Amino acid sequence: MQQSDDLFRMEGISKRYGGVRALEQASLTLKAGRIHALLGENGAGKSTLIKIMSGVVSPDQGTMLMDGQPVTFPSPAAANDAGVVCVFQELSLIPELSVADNIMVSRPPTRFGMIDRRAQRQIAEEALARTGASDIHPLALVKDLPLSRRQMVEIAKALARKPRILILDEATSALTAGDVRKVFEVLKRLRNERLALLYISHRMNEIAELADDCTVFRNGSNVASYPAGTKSDEDVIEMMIGREYHSAYPSKPEPVPDKKPVLDVQNLSWGDRLHDISFSLKAGEIVGLGGLDGQGQRDLLLALFGVLRDVKGTVLVDGEPVRIESPTQARDHGIGMALIPEDRKTEGLMLPMTVRENLSFAALDQLAKSGVIDGKKEQTLIDRMMKLLSIKAGNLDVPVGTLSGGNQQKVVIAKWLMRSPRIVLLNDPTRGIDVGTKQEIYQLLRRLADEGAAILFYSTDYAELIGCCDKVLVLYDGAVKRQLVGSEITEHALLASALNLPEAERVQELAS
Amino acid sequence: MTERMPSFVRRLDRAVVIAFACIVLLLILGSLYSSSFLSPEYLLQQLKVASFLGVIATGMMLVILLGQIDLSVPWAVSTGAMMACAAAAYGDVGAAFAIPFGILCGVAIGVVNGLGVAYLRIPSMIMTLATNAVAQGAMVVYTGGFSPQDSATGAMRFLATGSIIPGIPNVVIIWALVGAGMVFVLTRTSFGRCVYGIGNRERAAYLSGINTRRIVMIAFAVAGGLSALGGILLAGYASKAAQSMGDAYLLPAIAAVVLGGTSIIGGRGSYLGTIAGVILITLLQSILSVMQMPEAGRQIIYGLVIIVMLLLYGRTAAER
Amino acid sequence: MKDWRYWLSAQQGTLTAVAIFVVMFVIYTANHPAGFTANVVQTAANKGVLLAFVAMAQTLVVITAGIDLSVGMILLLTNCLASWIVIGTPLETAMGVIAVLLVGALCGAINGAIVIYGRLQPIVTTIATGAVYFGIALLLRPFPGGSVNEDLADALTGRLFGVIPSSLVALAGVVLVVWIPYSRSVYGRAAYAAGSSETAAYMSGMPIRRGKFLSYTLGGLIAAVGGLFLTFFTYTGDAALASGNAYTLFSIAAVVLGGVSLFGGKGSAIGAIFGALAFRTIGDLLFVFDFDPIWQPLFQGLILLVAVSLGAIGLVRVRNRLEWFL
Repeated sequence: MQQSDDLFRMEGISKRYGGVRALEQASLTLKAGRIHALLGENGAGKSTLIKIMSGVVSPDQGTMLMDGQPVTFPSPAAANDAGVVCVFQELSLIPELSVADNIMVSRPPTRFGMIDRRAQRQIAEEALARTGASDIHPLALVKDLPLSRRQMVEIAKALARKPRILILDEATSALTAGDVRKVFEVLKRLRNERLALLYISHRMNEIAELADDCTVFRNGSNVASYPAGTKSDEDVIEMMIGREYHSAYPSKPEPVPDKKPVLDVQNLSWGDRLHDISFSLKAGEIVGLGGLDGQGQRDLLLALFGVLRDVKGTVLVDGEPVRIESPTQARDHGIGMALIPEDRKTEGLMLPMTVRENLSFAALDQLAKSGVIDGKKEQTLIDRMMKLLSIKAGNLDVPVGTLSGGNQQKVVIAKWLMRSPRIVLLNDPTRGIDVGTKQEIYQLLRRLADEGAAILFYSTDYAELIGCCDKVLVLYDGAVKRQLVGSEITEHALLASALNLPEAERVQELAS
Repeated sequence: MTERMPSFVRRLDRAVVIAFACIVLLLILGSLYSSSFLSPEYLLQQLKVASFLGVIATGMMLVILLGQIDLSVPWAVSTGAMMACAAAAYGDVGAAFAIPFGILCGVAIGVVNGLGVAYLRIPSMIMTLATNAVAQGAMVVYTGGFSPQDSATGAMRFLATGSIIPGIPNVVIIWALVGAGMVFVLTRTSFGRCVYGIGNRERAAYLSGINTRRIVMIAFAVAGGLSALGGILLAGYASKAAQSMGDAYLLPAIAAVVLGGTSIIGGRGSYLGTIAGVILITLLQSILSVMQMPEAGRQIIYGLVIIVMLLLYGRTAAER
Repeated sequence: MKDWRYWLSAQQGTLTAVAIFVVMFVIYTANHPAGFTANVVQTAANKGVLLAFVAMAQTLVVITAGIDLSVGMILLLTNCLASWIVIGTPLETAMGVIAVLLVGALCGAINGAIVIYGRLQPIVTTIATGAVYFGIALLLRPFPGGSVNEDLADALTGRLFGVIPSSLVALAGVVLVVWIPYSRSVYGRAAYAAGSSETAAYMSGMPIRRGKFLSYTLGGLIAAVGGLFLTFFTYTGDAALASGNAYTLFSIAAVVLGGVSLFGGKGSAIGAIFGALAFRTIGDLLFVFDFDPIWQPLFQGLILLVAVSLGAIGLVRVRNRLEWFL
């Protein structure tokens, strides 16, 4: 296609969250009548880019041009008005409203000032039919629909806005194979109708089938653009990785083969989210959880920690079967488990409370004698933790929310170390924190392991898994797809098995 | 948002400071009107009146710190008073157990609240409303719809009107003890830490291995007991219980807690603030009545003061 | 063809309220000494319609995930105001009615403005404004008294064509003129959406603030209609604190019985109306069974307690305990 087809250009886009760089001088060009695929690892900056395109966040720097004219989108509504519509990964549907209400949510047809429900329903039905989801009744409430149907409604909602640029962020991740077919037909038709489509997916086969152009993102910048089909999967993986390694990771000890496992999980299942997961965790060992984001890793950690109900399977601690039904039981003496949760702001910390209060919160039962907190004992332990993790806080009585992200994360870890846990579960503990703190956390994990803790470590950053873990379980669709041990843990192997490529084995061989 | 946190701490103190400043302002305004406002007798009398509200507001504060609310105060107060007086009718043994029995009835109401809120996860607003209705119904059945006939025991009267330390009314001492207990619980015990933690983020508290439901349940039980204690003292003051004696305490209790800087969405607030709020409300009511402000004017000023002060405290709610 | 099933499931809460009411009312009339007569229905309607208006007003605010604890006081204020100005020639009376309605709407708008733009919590805001509204009511009527255009009052509390209670017709009229246009307007939907999921509503570019403001204002307006009817029933204005508080508290109960979620985003005013009527009928049931009337408050309380506990059944299905804390 010729240059005049450029519908949308972004140039020199940068965005920081707190101290963390999400995008650095990124650019992207979309053309009418083309499907453009965006590739990159977790955290490469794809999500931030599309949030900027769709007006959810505004960039710190950079320009956006539409039809050659500069544009800014102060709100999602503004982006919609300009014809940029995004199908978000996290759903933007309103659960208590009907499908038709949701599809026409921002600009319903009105008659005498009232929403014309008949017209609305007709438009919604058409939009659903165009999406290939005629099976969804326009009057059904969104909250009653299963996830895959909601995703289809989300796509129909986007189409009903008559976009010129349609962004799909992992839009197919929740869909069944049949739905994916239908959506692809729709997307191809839209391409013929000369829309510009931006398609983000981790599924390589989908990209191969659909995309006209591809752009690879890495570390917040676009590193390569090429016409689809001109690169092999291996080349693409190479471009997605292409990172400079630095010796940020502590050296790994030699594996001790014949130790008895501290934690032994057998055939653990939970609803349709976790399937038949088995693994064991020895003292002194760091086991990683890999795979694409959202393949059941979080659920697995929550299941072990007693948060989920109706978990099937056996969990053995020190060879004894245990039933953990609450975090209170999980942290208890016999088990001694700790979970560093996913979101430190809502699950790990009480931001307005002081550093001291947060640090002792998980260990109150051990710090108190018949309910009264032993101030001296508390102070001693806290001092030790502050030193151990070198937490930088002006003083202990400032709200923990005033600390930097990295120090907040250290507090979350420290509050659990106050209990000296034997089994430590970590849910992506380095997300959104600076490099220096990350390295301290790696060192800390290894030290804990050396002191005899068993560590289960979920990270969305493959380099971390490679650098830190003795063993990695790669999850796909709620099941352990592959188990990589020692030198098998390579970026190729991780990515290939995470993407569930049929040639995963072969790629791995090539790499080694 | 994190950058703004230090000012947010200052604001926590700010509410208490503003509340105390308002108390001083009220006293000065009052003394312009009549010099007796600064007399020790008047001030002690105000402290005494404040003590009844103070005891009840203590329980309310505990619940509000959790991010909940207790609308069952009116009939927890009345139930406590009426049951204590009822027990008094059963001879000497009854009289001896009158106060504990009354408190126990309040605790029972609180336990039902706690069960509903913590375990069934019913919004506290509706749950406590329902128990309030049940308690009211039960009391109406008990009295047959007439005003209660039993009178308060000597002990109740002594607690409410006597003074064991010359010059200091017993009821003030009781409030001081209850208050000291609450300060100790909130600042020194793991229970208190958990209350703040749950009020800030129950999710994070739960994931820290805290049995959050039990804490919520206990807090409601304590609040019910304190409401009943307040009722018992009021009954001792008036020598008998009355059907709707608790009605006048619900909104002032909430207002006192909130004016003291405790966040209505939970997790933030100090007992010092509640003391300030209780005294402020009591003084405001007293001064308006001394100035012979008609009830209408009192209500309007009362409402305006709450709104204006909360707007002064800042829009903390949005920053959470 | 399957449309009605979706309609059913969407209206589940409302329909449950209707069902509860119908069952209660059938039991009530079946055991009433006079049976199902126009007179009995009229009395019941007049008793229930006041709470129905207040519950409707409460619904509008609760939908936005707020709460209006001043609704009973707006009722009193407009009642006292009406006892002064809704009198005289038909024109004067009409002007008076309009003024009363405007004052009600203004009260609601003040609540809304403080909550939305002053960013205070609805609970404390409406407690405080409630005190102010009650104070003004008391200024207007320090003692019960006043009068009202009795022709209008009798017309609106009597029967239409000798059968239909006109208060019910007025209730239906308010539903048609206020509720239906509101619930089908863009702003009404924004209010629902904001109550259901504020982030999703924002992402979808809906007018959240204006929707909420409209809800509070219309809530005040409908409470004022209740105030007018209170005047029509009693011919007087009376600033009775206990009665104002009772209306506020009962309105919350009625709203919950009517299938409106206190967390916002769910339910309809129609459900709340039937919740209110059912709540009133429960109170009257004991009367027809010759129970001592002193059991009535306890019975009402227990029914309320059972009703709200039933709503907790959904908890059994929660498989991730973190969902308790949303």
